[in-house]
Amino acid sequence: MAERRVLLRGGTVVDGTGSRKADVLVVGSVIGEVAADLGAGPRGALVLDAEGCVVTPGLVDVHTHLREPGGEESETIESGARAAALGGYTAVVAMPNTTPAADSADVVRYVLDQARSACCHVQPAGCITVGREGKVLAPMAEMAALGVRLFTDDGTGVQDPSLMRRALEYASSLGAVVAQHCEDASLAGAGCMNEGEWSSRLGLPGRPSLSEDVMVVRDLALARLTGARVHLMHLSSARSVEAVRQAKAAGLANVSAEATPHHLSLTEALLGSYDPVFKVNPPLRTPADVEALRHGLSDGTIDVIGTDHAPHPPEAKQVPMCEAAPGMIGLETALSVVLTDLGLPIERVLALMSWQPARLVGLTESQGGPIVPGAAANICVIDLARRWTVDPARLASRSRNTPFAGRALTGRSRHTLYAGEPVVVGEEAQR
Amino acid sequence: MSEARHLLSINDLGAEGIDEVLRLADTFVEVGRRPIPRVPALRGKTVVLSFFEDSTRTRMSFEAAAKRLSADVMTFAASASSLNKGESLLDTVRNIEAMGVDAFVVRHACAGVPTQVAGWLAGASVINAGDGAHEHPTQALLDCFTLSRERAGRLGVSPARPRVLEGLQVAIVGDVRHSRVARSDVAAFTALGAAVTLVAPPTLLPPSLEGWPVEVSHDLSSVLVKCDVVYLLRIQAERMREQYLPTLREYTATYGLTAGRARLLSPGALVMHPGPVCRGVELAAEVADSPASVITAQVANGIAVRMAVLYMLLGSGTALAAGGANDG
Ligand SMILES: [Zn+2]
Repeated sequence: MAERRVLLRGGTVVDGTGSRKADVLVVGSVIGEVAADLGAGPRGALVLDAEGCVVTPGLVDVHTHLREPGGEESETIESGARAAALGGYTAVVAMPNTTPAADSADVVRYVLDQARSACCHVQPAGCITVGREGKVLAPMAEMAALGVRLFTDDGTGVQDPSLMRRALEYASSLGAVVAQHCEDASLAGAGCMNEGEWSSRLGLPGRPSLSEDVMVVRDLALARLTGARVHLMHLSSARSVEAVRQAKAAGLANVSAEATPHHLSLTEALLGSYDPVFKVNPPLRTPADVEALRHGLSDGTIDVIGTDHAPHPPEAKQVPMCEAAPGMIGLETALSVVLTDLGLPIERVLALMSWQPARLVGLTESQGGPIVPGAAANICVIDLARRWTVDPARLASRSRNTPFAGRALTGRSRHTLYAGEPVVVGEEAQR
Repeated sequence: MSEARHLLSINDLGAEGIDEVLRLADTFVEVGRRPIPRVPALRGKTVVLSFFEDSTRTRMSFEAAAKRLSADVMTFAASASSLNKGESLLDTVRNIEAMGVDAFVVRHACAGVPTQVAGWLAGASVINAGDGAHEHPTQALLDCFTLSRERAGRLGVSPARPRVLEGLQVAIVGDVRHSRVARSDVAAFTALGAAVTLVAPPTLLPPSLEGWPVEVSHDLSSVLVKCDVVYLLRIQAERMREQYLPTLREYTATYGLTAGRARLLSPGALVMHPGPVCRGVELAAEVADSPASVITAQVANGIAVRMAVLYMLLGSGTALAAGGANDG
């Protein structure tokens, strides 16, 4: 059988090296040719319209909850990867807070097996501690040997500073990054929204940004001490952004920071509806925090935009606020929200959503690299002018808990090629 | 007649809505004095008392109010419900509505549940009977009603005039942080023209008072000498372990209305409490039982005020006249 040929015609190629008007011919799983005008391409080639679009390395999400094993009613590796592909992603890092947690080679192997037929690359993350209990280190070397490059207890942060220090020291020899969900559990308490003006008025228990700030400051100190690579997930508060900015300015190079589309675009005022769809940890905060996060994106304090895609079934959300599960889905809306709300140049958006995250988790060989002949064909085609309205019922995720329901957005991923295969064509998943 | 379908927060009513409830309640007080204290105003209507958190007093008050208006009353106790079998709150509420219910009276330990329930219902009304630390609007309404009648009785002003609490100095003392009553009272008292001072240790104030039309004090005695009403909130012993207060004894010594401190009150000042009172903690027994205390009147007025709320949301203007509540 002849190798598949796909021609992306009429677009503007944007990658880490710059931008140029060019057609891209994909042969098999690699890029064959990049040139100003490839006509109709070779005989038998599938021609995908990229006229007026941006052709770019596929997006990479370092923070995706795929829920498998154990939470298949809300998402599976298959459904989550499909949602990712529709959002323009060609790689996601699967968070280890599954049931059972990915705290051993066995569970990591299971995820890798399930991921084999997924429509994007699924990179398993491993737990820092056994069962994410924050008590005993998980066998990180064993998991690293299977390709795990990011360890996290996400869902909760590692509370014990001494254990966190040992985790960083241990992981530093594994070529892995340790990613922290920054919330001090004692200060966060049973809070279900940001503590402040709104929580006081609504009578809901609050999670102060202080709980994030103290853990960020602590982990910056631990990063300085150990020299290990530390990734601070989903920053949400102005003070923690400032702490990271100062640490980086002082020369701390082994720290990276992440922000989510929801923390970059939504505020605590939404909780006034008492709709648990807006409940998330860390919580949506004030307009000043949103401003600070956006500033952090533009000055390089924040390195990546991660989705924290967190699917939940209706039974976990159609309940009182205090009982509702925290988290919101985001794979299919992330790019559009960023393009619509942040006003960043497309090169900056792609750096934050493609090549910088690829670098963070060591995927540069196949993800986020320049679009040149011979490179792996993990590509997405973005229509920057496309206007659409988020309809939860039409999302590919198994869950519906999007905070952007009904939002009109501008800009959307049109085609996605994963390992040369057109997994999404014209905003439709092909399998 | 107000067009609102639900009563979730005092802010749903505004000053005009509160005035309307107080006017209606005045009418219903008279019904309570009849040999058969019942009017047919809500005949054929069904009210469900959905108490997901225990509160015998508030439930009985609503039950009496609904029955005096001739409504059918069903009681939903969370412990006996299917919620224990994993049914979502949404399903529970929709299934009850399908039985033909006109109003849900909702009490829940978590703030916002009445608002959520209101969003899920097709046509029934929701009355918030207390949600977490958010609001308890009918308590605030009965507090306003009690104050307006006491002022009318003692000062000879008409209870029905608008902004009936104009110029009144009210001190709300105690665990404001966790109090739904405080949130509703602040909104209602200030809407009717009163000035409110919150008196509490900093740990028992909300994390932010941004936008609250109140003064704050940590010195009860200095507030007592100049206030017309002191409203004491219940101190819940179970809060102790959450490190809000060192001891109850210390709280009583600094923020309790002891007999000694009560002597600082000006003559004619009123003492209020939403109940149940922890005697000897926030309020000395002899003060609770003194002539200054209107705590019993608060309880008695609760039924008329809840009748007014039920009638306002469920009744039609003509039914009241036909029912004869005005012709006694
Ligand atoms: Zn997290």
